[in-house]
Amino acid sequence: MRLSPDAVILWQQGFVKVNATIATTWALMLVMSLGAWLITRKLSTDHKRSRWQNLLEIVVTGIAGQIKDVGLREPRQYIGFLGTLFLFVALASLCTVIPGYEPPTGSLSTTAALALCVMVAVPLFGIEGQGLAGYLKTYMEPTIIMLPFNIISEVSRTLALAVRLFGNMMSGAMIIGILLSITPFIFPIVMTVLGLLTGMVQAYIFSILAAVYIAAATHVSKPKPKSELAPTP
Amino acid sequence: MDSLTIIAVASIIIAGITTGFGTMGPALAEGRAVATALTALAQQPDASATITRTLFVGLAMIESTAIYCFVVSMILIFANPFWNQAIALAAGK
Repeated sequence: MRLSPDAVILWQQGFVKVNATIATTWALMLVMSLGAWLITRKLSTDHKRSRWQNLLEIVVTGIAGQIKDVGLREPRQYIGFLGTLFLFVALASLCTVIPGYEPPTGSLSTTAALALCVMVAVPLFGIEGQGLAGYLKTYMEPTIIMLPFNIISEVSRTLALAVRLFGNMMSGAMIIGILLSITPFIFPIVMTVLGLLTGMVQAYIFSILAAVYIAAATHVSKPKPKSELAPTP
Repeated sequence: MDSLTIIAVASIIIAGITTGFGTMGPALAEGRAVATALTALAQQPDASATITRTLFVGLAMIESTAIYCFVVSMILIFANPFWNQAIALAAGK
């Protein structure tokens, strides 16, 4: 039994290999960009809209609302990055309903790449938000003694992001594989449904954690004024 | 017992122990977190969106420790580096 779709090599020429992870990732990217291009080709602003435009609007406004809830005031600035992360991870796990499909997020290479993107994007957004000196100052936030621990946390949370997503996706595929040999009849389908739920939750968590890290780096979350707070009963 | 058997026995036993003990703590912690979140939801239904979001993020953080243990035991069983090295040594002999 293999741990990840990395082991399936579809095409090899010298040291250049195309494994199942790369192929599925590019297929997903093709589906997503082609779908987005087809839908946004003819957008309408009046009351009659296509159902696909409604779907995209629901998705985009939903993600923007979630980003705003985390504490980022201008969600449109970050939705390009965070929304892409969410949609890719969500689509990668939703496509497990297709027989023979293995999620590319079940490979440590993909999740490490996504986590490295977050690791690079957080300082970029932080510097953009409060300048280079202001961002570097957040590393010695309570006192200067915390400087090494803040740097360690930068690395360890990247590792945690990668291994969390990989572990969840891989365990879903692994459990279904083991169950197929024990109870091959109906039970694997139930676990597949559970895997779909886990995949959506993991996609949500991956993007929300990235949003939380960016919000912590940009420091735009300030306490709301009293008038915005809901009255307590 | 030759070294291959020892490696196999140790890997399998340690993999079971890792997952077994490693999921105990997160299970208790997740139970406490969900119970507290339910209490908070019952007291303040207005803040359900915030509580649910924070609960999910917190559960993911807690669960990731169990996932680390699971990944370690999966590596021990399916991608054991010591086992591969021992196989290579035995084949080279």
